[in-house]
Amino acid sequence: MKNVTISSLDDLAARVPDGAKLAIPADYSGVAMAATLALIRRGVRGLHIVTVPSSGLQAELLIGAGRVETIETSAITLGELGPAPRFVDAVKRGSVRLLDATCPAIHAAIQAAEKGLPFATLRGILGSDLMRVRKDWKTVENPFNPGDEIAAFPAISPDLALFHAPFADREGNVWVGRRRELVTMAHAARQTLVTVEAISDSSLFEDEGLAAGTIPALYVSSIAEVKRGAWPLALWGQYEADGAVLLRYVEAARTREGFERVLAEWLERLAVAAE
Amino acid sequence: MIEHTKTEVLIATLARLLAGCRHVCVGAASPIPGSAALLARAQAGSALRVNLLGSRRHNFFTNGGVELFDCAAEGRIDAFFLGGGQIDGQANINLVGTGEYPTTNVRWPGSFGSAYLYFVVPRVILFREEHSRRALVEKVDFVSAPGTSAPGTYRPGGPCALVTGLAHFSFDRTRRRFRLESVHPGHSLEEIFDNTGFSFDKPECVPSTPPPDGESLALLRGLVRDELAETYPRFAAAAFPTPTA
Repeated sequence: MKNVTISSLDDLAARVPDGAKLAIPADYSGVAMAATLALIRRGVRGLHIVTVPSSGLQAELLIGAGRVETIETSAITLGELGPAPRFVDAVKRGSVRLLDATCPAIHAAIQAAEKGLPFATLRGILGSDLMRVRKDWKTVENPFNPGDEIAAFPAISPDLALFHAPFADREGNVWVGRRRELVTMAHAARQTLVTVEAISDSSLFEDEGLAAGTIPALYVSSIAEVKRGAWPLALWGQYEADGAVLLRYVEAARTREGFERVLAEWLERLAVAAE
Repeated sequence: MIEHTKTEVLIATLARLLAGCRHVCVGAASPIPGSAALLARAQAGSALRVNLLGSRRHNFFTNGGVELFDCAAEGRIDAFFLGGGQIDGQANINLVGTGEYPTTNVRWPGSFGSAYLYFVVPRVILFREEHSRRALVEKVDFVSAPGTSAPGTYRPGGPCALVTGLAHFSFDRTRRRFRLESVHPGHSLEEIFDNTGFSFDKPECVPSTPPPDGESLALLRGLVRDELAETYPRFAAAAFPTPTA
């Protein structure tokens, strides 16, 4: 039963090998930003990032720091703050392999992996250029209604899922509330790494209300307790995004030098927080 | 006459297009469509449900990111808003970029859920504030989602209208063409022709888009602004004039 490690942030980050296929959630869901910085600091390389289904600052930082070989995504944007400058730059330079997708296809492909299926199917999408540029996407005929074409996508089986949640318990159960895409990611991934705001001494299964929004420890490989672990992004129900810091990022990251400067500051801040 | 801003005209126009809807969803980074959905809800009362992606308070989904798409698949979402860096005369939309894919010289965020929702939501309203020849083109460089499909394709949904900073168009799915419905106050038909990169149909006499009435403005500057501030604090603070005491 006790197979979950409650570890330090650096130990958690060390569990992501170079070249891993890493699933990360959208900004609204619970983004492990501190762990992402720790990952950059440990020097990870060649990641295949799968955004479930989109991403913002997290993918932007990993791409800007040159840690991403492939980005599989429905969208990368900093939301109200506009385009993600390092992502845009990497696309233009062709320095990152792009697997453009659409949100429900990523959800469905993750769900297929969760069920141990080789592929997922979805209505729509036919006639989109996504079908043309995604050589791995196909159309299949509805076996029950010949002539009815349906888009099909290979299952996405991430090596790891990484996200940030409000709390876990000492057994390694993680509470994600109604952020069910995190449950699906944990089911689909070989390993799941979670940072949490707090670790509760009582089991999440003692309360049926909490249990309903809980990922059982079975699916969780490693947990680290990191206060404000989504900073400078928001964590739903816990804290708002640090708007001033994000604004400064967007302005600085227009240039490679400005980006390097902010990243260095954030890594420094992480080191100080760890002391 | 009641003073209104250009943004308030857009919101009121989008809100009118939601008439009769029971459930409207609004995607991320869409403050003007979000305002329109909240205004329509304020006017329709309990007859209209609204989900704003990115909101906690104005979002009742409990099954994660996939619920929006599952809900749409079953025909439970009546209207959705889509945009596009480029929109063409056949209502194809491009949310990916311009130039040769993949190293596009202009790169936008990506297709989001457009390639799917455009097929399954009955009333998709296209919204693009910039009305220019670079935004409204004859043919998009990349089709994130096609405006129309070949006969026999499963497609209960699709585009019904396009609202820009200058005008409101309807879309005829059979003719595969836009039709100019009205020009926003303060703008001219000539401006529409000058700034639209595709050809479109129009009535002999093009009306002016009706401005929001006093009740709509009061709702926008009060309830809607307050509700919107949770998700779009910057927009809510800047977009609406403070009501005069």
